Amino acid sequence: MAKPVSKKKTTPKKAEKRKPVPQKTIPSKTKKAVSKSKSSQLKKQIKEVKSTSMQKPPSDRKKKPVATEKKIEKKKEPERTFVPPPTKKEEEPKEYKTIRMEIHKLMKNQYLPISIIDGIIEQAAPDKKIQGKLKNIIEKSLQEYAKNLIDPTEACGMISAQSIGEPGTQMTMRTFHYAGVAEINVTLGLPRLIEIVDARSSPSTPMMNIYLRDEYRVNPDLAKEIANKIEITRLTDVADIEMDLVNIFISIKPNKKTMEKKGITLEDLLERIQSVRKLSAKIEKENIKVTLDEPGYKVLQNTNETLKNLKIKGIDGIKRVIIRKEPNEGYVIYSEGSNLKEVLDIEGVDPYRTTTNDIHAIARELGIEAARNMIIQEAYSTLSEQGLNVDLRHIMLVADVMTADGTVRAIGRHGVSGEKSSVLSRAAFEITVNHLLLASQRGESDELNGVAENIIVGQPVNLGTGAIELVMNTKKPKQKGK
Amino acid sequence: MAGRNITKKIGALEFSVLSPTEIRKMSATKVITADTYDDDGFPITMGLMDQRLSVIEPGLRCKTCGLKVGKDKCPGHFGHIDLAMPVIHVGFVKTIRNSLRATCRKCGRILLTDKELGEHRKTIIRNNAEGRDNAYVFKMIISSAVKTEGCPRCGTQSGKIDLDKPTSFRENGKKLTPTEIREWLEKIPDEDLPLLDINVKSARPEWMVLTVLPVPPVTVRPSVTLESGERSEDDLTHKLVDVIRINQRLQENRDAGAPQLIVEDLWELLQYHITTYLDNQTSGIPPARHRSGRPLKTLAQRLKGKEGRFRSNLSGKRVNFSARTVISPDPNLSINEIGVPMEIARELTVPVHVTIQNLEWCKNLIKQTALAEKPGENYRPRVNYVKRYREGVEQRMKVTEKNAEDIAEKLELGFVIERQLMDGDIALFNRQPSLHRMSMMAHRIKVMPNRSFRFNLSVCPPYNADFDGDEMNLHLLQGEEAKAEAEILMKVQENLMSPRFGGVIIGGLHDHISGCFLLTYKDKMFSKEKTSEILATFKYKGKFPDVHEVNGEHLVYGRDIISVLLPKDLSLEYKAKACFHCDVCKAADCPYGAYVIVKNGKLKQGIVDENSIGSFKGRIVERIIRDHGTTAGRIFIDDVTRLGIAVVTIIGFTTSIDDEDIPTEAKRQIGEGLAKAQNKINTLVTAYEHGELESLPGRSLEETLEMEIMRVTGRARDMAGEIASKYLGLNNSAVIMAKSGARGSMLNLSQMSGCVGQQAVRGERISRGYKYRTLPHFKKGDLGASAKGFVANSYKSGLNPTEYFFHSMGGREGLVDTAVRTSRSGYMQRRLVNALEDLKVESDGTVRHTGGEIIQFMYGDDGVDPTRSTTGKAVDLDRIIYDVKQEG
Repeated sequence: MAKPVSKKKTTPKKAEKRKPVPQKTIPSKTKKAVSKSKSSQLKKQIKEVKSTSMQKPPSDRKKKPVATEKKIEKKKEPERTFVPPPTKKEEEPKEYKTIRMEIHKLMKNQYLPISIIDGIIEQAAPDKKIQGKLKNIIEKSLQEYAKNLIDPTEACGMISAQSIGEPGTQMTMRTFHYAGVAEINVTLGLPRLIEIVDARSSPSTPMMNIYLRDEYRVNPDLAKEIANKIEITRLTDVADIEMDLVNIFISIKPNKKTMEKKGITLEDLLERIQSVRKLSAKIEKENIKVTLDEPGYKVLQNTNETLKNLKIKGIDGIKRVIIRKEPNEGYVIYSEGSNLKEVLDIEGVDPYRTTTNDIHAIARELGIEAARNMIIQEAYSTLSEQGLNVDLRHIMLVADVMTADGTVRAIGRHGVSGEKSSVLSRAAFEITVNHLLLASQRGESDELNGVAENIIVGQPVNLGTGAIELVMNTKKPKQKGK
Repeated sequence: MAGRNITKKIGALEFSVLSPTEIRKMSATKVITADTYDDDGFPITMGLMDQRLSVIEPGLRCKTCGLKVGKDKCPGHFGHIDLAMPVIHVGFVKTIRNSLRATCRKCGRILLTDKELGEHRKTIIRNNAEGRDNAYVFKMIISSAVKTEGCPRCGTQSGKIDLDKPTSFRENGKKLTPTEIREWLEKIPDEDLPLLDINVKSARPEWMVLTVLPVPPVTVRPSVTLESGERSEDDLTHKLVDVIRINQRLQENRDAGAPQLIVEDLWELLQYHITTYLDNQTSGIPPARHRSGRPLKTLAQRLKGKEGRFRSNLSGKRVNFSARTVISPDPNLSINEIGVPMEIARELTVPVHVTIQNLEWCKNLIKQTALAEKPGENYRPRVNYVKRYREGVEQRMKVTEKNAEDIAEKLELGFVIERQLMDGDIALFNRQPSLHRMSMMAHRIKVMPNRSFRFNLSVCPPYNADFDGDEMNLHLLQGEEAKAEAEILMKVQENLMSPRFGGVIIGGLHDHISGCFLLTYKDKMFSKEKTSEILATFKYKGKFPDVHEVNGEHLVYGRDIISVLLPKDLSLEYKAKACFHCDVCKAADCPYGAYVIVKNGKLKQGIVDENSIGSFKGRIVERIIRDHGTTAGRIFIDDVTRLGIAVVTIIGFTTSIDDEDIPTEAKRQIGEGLAKAQNKINTLVTAYEHGELESLPGRSLEETLEMEIMRVTGRARDMAGEIASKYLGLNNSAVIMAKSGARGSMLNLSQMSGCVGQQAVRGERISRGYKYRTLPHFKKGDLGASAKGFVANSYKSGLNPTEYFFHSMGGREGLVDTAVRTSRSGYMQRRLVNALEDLKVESDGTVRHTGGEIIQFMYGDDGVDPTRSTTGKAVDLDRIIYDVKQEG
């Protein structure tokens, strides 16, 4: 079969990027988040993604940030201001470094996940007593790590599917809930989980967490300014529109207070209104008078409608923003509605940490690897928000299956299941007849590698104990002694 | 015997379209009579029940292969119907349409230049090599070919092909007959087919226009003889009768030179019958119906969906050696055991190969059958069948009272006896829905009187079972390999740890936890006699715990009793469930005894409750399993549950409605608090009505008001709960259960004795019902607490009619929610399973599809099994460092 080999080829970027030498670069990012509280999780995870990418060996380290920047630069030519990647977090204390060196010496080329090594260093640094016992600790850790490794031929996919599916019955169905930011509604619980797994092209309640850079995050005025740039403002929001049916014109009376709040001047308004076709506008005292090029009642009506919905400022898709001050962070903007591409273009927005719950947007703007991380994060927080404890590895596997070919695929007949190579497996899942007819037309052959196919033909499955072929030779018992 | 061990393996299955020649070649007979049986009830030759198409009555022999049904199984043989006029196959309409649109009506070539074709060919080859999907290429070929005006080769102008759903085509508005379509398709050369997504080796487009219809064997569409002696034919047979009848009429009319109109009508009718024969749910045509009005179940319907062949008969099958009955609890069984009713044990069997070692034993078992069962006698297994193999042919003899002695004497080596169940046999036990692998675990059988399956209460959580009438299934393993595998991998004790999160899922519950709580709470002491009684419940044989003399009495500390079960090297420190979560934890000096310290297998202090022995959270259970293995874990769970029950039995533990009584003073305080809340809501409402309410950012005034009121009512409920729990101490059984995690929560208690609180529908206060009000008991536009579903009463004091109504509304929402949720999450799980079922961890640590495609380079990024990890961590560092520190 040509497929497996070649599929790998299609996603070389991902493979390389992830962990070319798994021995050294396994990111500890996701694992740590498990025990952390939810609000800090997100930040923590992002920070860790960064810090791990910094720790990676040079060849690997560059890849991610560079790739993102390239993409951004290519798409948005002149406007985009280059945002330097966040500076390396303060250097590791010397003490840490020496302990790390010692640990590496003690490990003798054996492997331990970075999170474990970091854990040991963290505990050992302030405690001389532990430092003396490093050898013992490392030995025990290595032993336990070896013991805890997963068995070959384990049907890990099935276990993950069950582990995520089983708690589904315990989740709430209530669509809306107030999470994190009380003012913004977010889909939660089972509907959200289904949405993630389905890889819907847009979430039912899009939302963004917009982090700010440098001075923007400490200065409330600057933060407010950015918020105004992001939030969509329509003409009706800042002005009263009145139609004069007798003289056939429209007068727009700006609301000074809101105008000021939103940082819009009368000139801005005029400019925006003039951009509408087939009308002319001019400032009359404090108001704007709009006259039509071709007067008529019908035209007046229509123009009135277009003016009402005229976008004055902001980004399409972002309905509402809320600025909040977060401890240890400063000002963060939360938005209802999402438009990652344009938000990232705004000066002052930190492109390295700003996220959205729209997974496809992330895949488009930041790449498949970022989408994978977002799937993991979203699914994990959806589950833990309901108080359900599911190991991160299960969610990671689902995310990896969804993103394995470089695009975000849904779990279901339009995605992963529909692209399976086995005819029988596809037929057994959904749309049975069509799959069979198409298979016969294409002359497909089912190699019977998977689980469903083998069950259908009545053979042992190639997983777990079924993957091992051990036959006792019953014919010639070995002659021993006697 | 030798022959039975060899199994053949199917390498691959190929799919292809049957060609007319092939259909004729494999046909056993041509079917021309639209009838089944003659007047004598004999199958008509060349009819639909022709005996050459295999037979269904047992005993008869198939006229083609000479085999019977049943034992030596005639596989069935196809027949065929020659169609008078060609007919389009519904399943392939799309391919036919594309082929017509993309090819020249004169020369049959695709309407693209050779250069373009060559390029497309190249991309297809490249995509195939790279394992990419070609769908977009085919779409492009067709869309660009459709746009081409004249054929680049012969210059013929191509017409516009329209498809009138489901099966008729028009070219420039003129109808294309299937004959014309077939002729057209025949012209398409083989080398162009791959560009139309057709594999030349498996299909030709003209085969998609049927000229011959295969008739499936009789075994596929068996007729049933009803009690009245009447025959009832299968739906497929009915449909085939229609096809043959119309086909005949069409032929006669055509041959007789009937008017074009009549022939065309009949042709269309034939098309209809064949279309419905293939798929009776084709959109655009009425489904063919049975006389009773029920739509017929034709070919596509047989395969499709949950009840279809694939999901119902191929992916899952009915099995022998299984039993199902009601379940009930038995705390005296080990978690590894299952009590099986005698009736079931007598019916189910396990095969035993007769060898030199067990020959006598087997004979004895067979002889048991002859002995009559005396009432009150212990259960003794018998033998139901004896099997022997002669030249690879199995002979099966039923063992009865009469022939038991004979058979026993004749028993030889190499025979197989089918023995009834006995204690210690291994069986799989399952409860649906089987949501995870712990829904099917192996148990050791214990044959018991009475008619229900019984098992230890601790095993309820993984099965999600209760005893309100649940039924469960038992499956007996028939092979040694299967038994060994079940024993090693599936036994309950091997599934104590959940793969979902690295923790225990089997542990003490309910009374076990209450019992341990009572045992360890506040330095509880027991007399020597009672201690013995408790220890005897789990057959303790070790040293008697330390006896202390208090006020002239010889007493034993409760914590010393439970310490008896702990392994000697167990050292742990953690917070109990009863922890009050004080702002500053005093750790070891916890005044409530909520800080548990176990040192060297001795419980030094603290309350043993859900966090120690419970499922999901039990720290002690988890540690014992990790350090001492699953057997030790099983024994601990068995013993600690028995101990818990013994303690509860000795001390006595009950809850009643009195437990929810609170003093008048408390009632007064709650009443005051509620009145305050009421006032606050009123002020909020007035503020809103006067437009003085400040709206929250991004919220309308109404929303702000609702949010504020919800907050006030929520706080009122909490306040009532706090006051109530202040007066309900740990001498209250209900509180003990809530605090220890045995059952119920403080919220439940505060609702019973304090205040039920705000009722909500869709997360909002109840707002619908009448115009501007919820019920006619209130004024229109009333926004107050009680008018919008606030229940100020407690369950104990009783709800007033409006409160009761609102409460029912909230309850109804909950019920609907559960009903919707189960189906939705069930489907999600099915999809997840289907997408992930083929993944496995390879020996090199990568996760791959069974096809070979790599999904992860290292499982979970660190290769750690979630089951073995400690709540997700690869290595339990805290523990290692704690241990190392202890070492000195």
